[in-house]
Amino acid sequence: MELPRPRRDIELTLRVNGAERPLTLDARTTLLDALRDHLHLTGTKKGCELGQCGACTVLRDGRRIKACLTLAAMQAGAEIVTIEGLAADGALHPVQAAFVEHDGLQCGYCTPGQIMSAVALLREGRTGSDDEIREFMSGNLCRCGAYTNIVAAIRQAADRAA
Amino acid sequence: MSGSIGRPVSRVDGPAKVTGAARYAAEFAPVDVLHVALVGSTVPKGRIAALDTRAAQKAAGVRAVITHLNAPRLPYRPFDERPEVDPSVGEPLRVFQGPEVRFSGQPIAAVVADTLAQARHAAALVGVTYAAQAATTTFEGGRRRAPKAGGGETRRGAAVQALGNAAVTVDAVYVHPREHHNAMEPHATVALWEGERLTLWDKTQWVNNDAVEIAHVFGLPDDHVRVICPYVGGAFGSGLRTWPHVTIAALAARLVGRPVRVELTRRELYTSVGFRPHTEQRVALGARRDGRLTALIHEATAQTSAYEEHTEETLSPARVTYACPNVLTRYRLVEMDVNTPTHMRAPGVATGLFALECAMDELAVALDMDPLELRLANYAERNEEDDLPWSSKELRACYRMGAERFGWSRRAPAPRSMRAGAWLVGYGMATALYPAYRSEASASATVFADGTASVRSAASDMGPGTYTAMTQVAADVLELPLDRVRFELGDTALPKAPVHGGSITMASVGTAVQAACEAVRAKLGAANGRSYAEALREHGVDRMEATAHVEPGDESKRFSSWAFGALFAEVRVDVDLGIVRVPRIVGAYDVGRVVNPTTARSQCLGGMVGGLGMALLEQADWDPRFGRVMNANFAEYLVPVNADIGELQVLFAPGDDRRFNPLGAKGLAEIGLCGVAPAIANAVYHATGRRLRTLPITLEAVLV
Ligand code: FES
Ligand code: FES
Repeated sequence: MELPRPRRDIELTLRVNGAERPLTLDARTTLLDALRDHLHLTGTKKGCELGQCGACTVLRDGRRIKACLTLAAMQAGAEIVTIEGLAADGALHPVQAAFVEHDGLQCGYCTPGQIMSAVALLREGRTGSDDEIREFMSGNLCRCGAYTNIVAAIRQAADRAA
Repeated sequence: MSGSIGRPVSRVDGPAKVTGAARYAAEFAPVDVLHVALVGSTVPKGRIAALDTRAAQKAAGVRAVITHLNAPRLPYRPFDERPEVDPSVGEPLRVFQGPEVRFSGQPIAAVVADTLAQARHAAALVGVTYAAQAATTTFEGGRRRAPKAGGGETRRGAAVQALGNAAVTVDAVYVHPREHHNAMEPHATVALWEGERLTLWDKTQWVNNDAVEIAHVFGLPDDHVRVICPYVGGAFGSGLRTWPHVTIAALAARLVGRPVRVELTRRELYTSVGFRPHTEQRVALGARRDGRLTALIHEATAQTSAYEEHTEETLSPARVTYACPNVLTRYRLVEMDVNTPTHMRAPGVATGLFALECAMDELAVALDMDPLELRLANYAERNEEDDLPWSSKELRACYRMGAERFGWSRRAPAPRSMRAGAWLVGYGMATALYPAYRSEASASATVFADGTASVRSAASDMGPGTYTAMTQVAADVLELPLDRVRFELGDTALPKAPVHGGSITMASVGTAVQAACEAVRAKLGAANGRSYAEALREHGVDRMEATAHVEPGDESKRFSSWAFGALFAEVRVDVDLGIVRVPRIVGAYDVGRVVNPTTARSQCLGGMVGGLGMALLEQADWDPRFGRVMNANFAEYLVPVNADIGELQVLFAPGDDRRFNPLGAKGLAEIGLCGVAPAIANAVYHATGRRLRTLPITLEAVLV
């Protein structure tokens, strides 16, 4: 059987961390691979490519999404923020600083996803209690088991933002 | 500055990790890098009868399709002595060297293409016909045998006889499932050839050995391979060995004449980088009425592959944890047509402790004795197996501190006697221990005129905080502020380091860093308040470097060195729904000197999370028809999530083991996982009155 040939490259412009990034991509490229392999923004991590681990969490128009579960072609025109876009003028974002302060990381591989998720969590107003934080951070796996310190870091960032 | 050791310093690599600047193996992108997708076998045993790669070769972007039919025969230069991370019996899997299939998921073809999407699409077009053979895909059906490497049996006294004469006995079988490391970072290798020299950016826990292994595969001088790995996104043992995909990366890069990247998918990780083997254990204990052990028999049977013999220290806890005159341990293997298991955090010891510590709990019940009292009644004052004194042991302090913090005295002895609303409440405890090892290691230290220093060793940091702890040790000796010291690791161009596993890094690399820093100070004659700038000026140089190589002495002949811990867990069980929650775990540890209380605590917290996974969630669901893991993904192979974790408390007993090494640290990665699962299992018994001897303790097991 002759399989249909994949569609040829497409041209699109992604808006990432405030900058326009014109790209020519294989139509099948996920947002995650576009960020990592084409824009060399490797802070967004790849843990499963199946939407099951949260390592690839980025913000789209202020909401957290999993970059492995969307095609880059579907994100033209959206405002994407990655971990690289969080620190302003070299100063750590309060959530980043809180993760360092509370040692909310070990190997660091889940960390960008945790932080992007936490930033959205604060905006979502889901930081009312430690249990609420735990529940709404449960889409971000941490195999090193840094959860206790992740909760403490988010708690601090939430208290300071209040 | 002096006094950096022991301070709760923030991770020095924290800022790089929270900003996304830290680069992991797959993130090194040499110019013109190509992408590789693998084709895995779909039968557990047999031969490849035919391959059709025509469609794949014609697919867009494809540069090469590599199989055993077109791959060059690789030299696989034999080792004089096998690397310590590889099994001593059997042959590692060779890549694309023949049509034999040894397990389901074995890489049988690799597609190299311009993009990952193209490579994966083309890999799906490779047609394979197998001549399948009858495979051993069940534990029960596998050939049971003693390890060829030896060490299958140990005896002290006459355990069988003593068991027969014991006043009180327990005798039960415990089952531990196949578990997977599942580090968040998938294994990946980027390979770049420059003439006969190869650079690999590889996820590994041992850059030095990785280079040597690949040099042997390709018949190169060892120093022609450079391995770079500044960050490891967790590994827990999966990065100890050099697995076939590393060879595939180097081979593909060589064949296409361009750098390539191999990035394993989450599914591929379940057949590519080892796993903790399925292990069945019998523990029989005999005791006097006062609780003193008179007999201890521990037998373990673990799976291995048909082509390599993986063995573990499953039975060492039985030999050393408690005082007992009569001890018999017996280790057996079952060969199956699976990929070879490997070490996973606290290999063997965590598995063995699960059985031993549950059996001790059963004995406490049989004796109508408090489980903690039973441990104290059998406290081992020395290592009775090796007949050596401990270099240090603060386990009594651990029991006391842990019990106090946990509130163990509030435990009502009878099962099902504690409640919180609709939930049954259970308290359980267990002992933890892990051998402390030390290896030879090298490091260099350079001080500069601007008052900064650079310290290096080819060590690794998969999360425990090697960067931070080594910076502290160096700053301490050099009497510099932490931010003036830079520690580099993860590159074979740096002084040689041992494997980053078995919790040996602090004791081994730490002492090398200490020695290198002392050496550079001695060379400079720096002291007496003279600054490095002055000292360097007097020597007429702008920098001074010293290298140190340190080796363990004869201390392991004179002392037995172990890390210890006491774990206390509270569970709540909903008997109608079978739900088990763990609101609290308290762990008290004796790990010798704690170099950094912050990262040390994090290590132990992480171990508790891993142990909770072991107790309640983790197992590979096995399909014996295809010899395959069915739940090879994060949605179905359950690992703990944030909402699974309650309050975790970590305490450290004061300790400083200079008999073991000059730093006084015993190492603490593995100990964190030990004892957690049995403490939880014992708490489930206390809550429900049901003894569940098979892990994980799932909803359905609690309900039946
Ligand atoms: S990589 Fe996207 S959720 Fe795991
Ligand atoms: S810090 Fe390693 S996975 Fe979270």
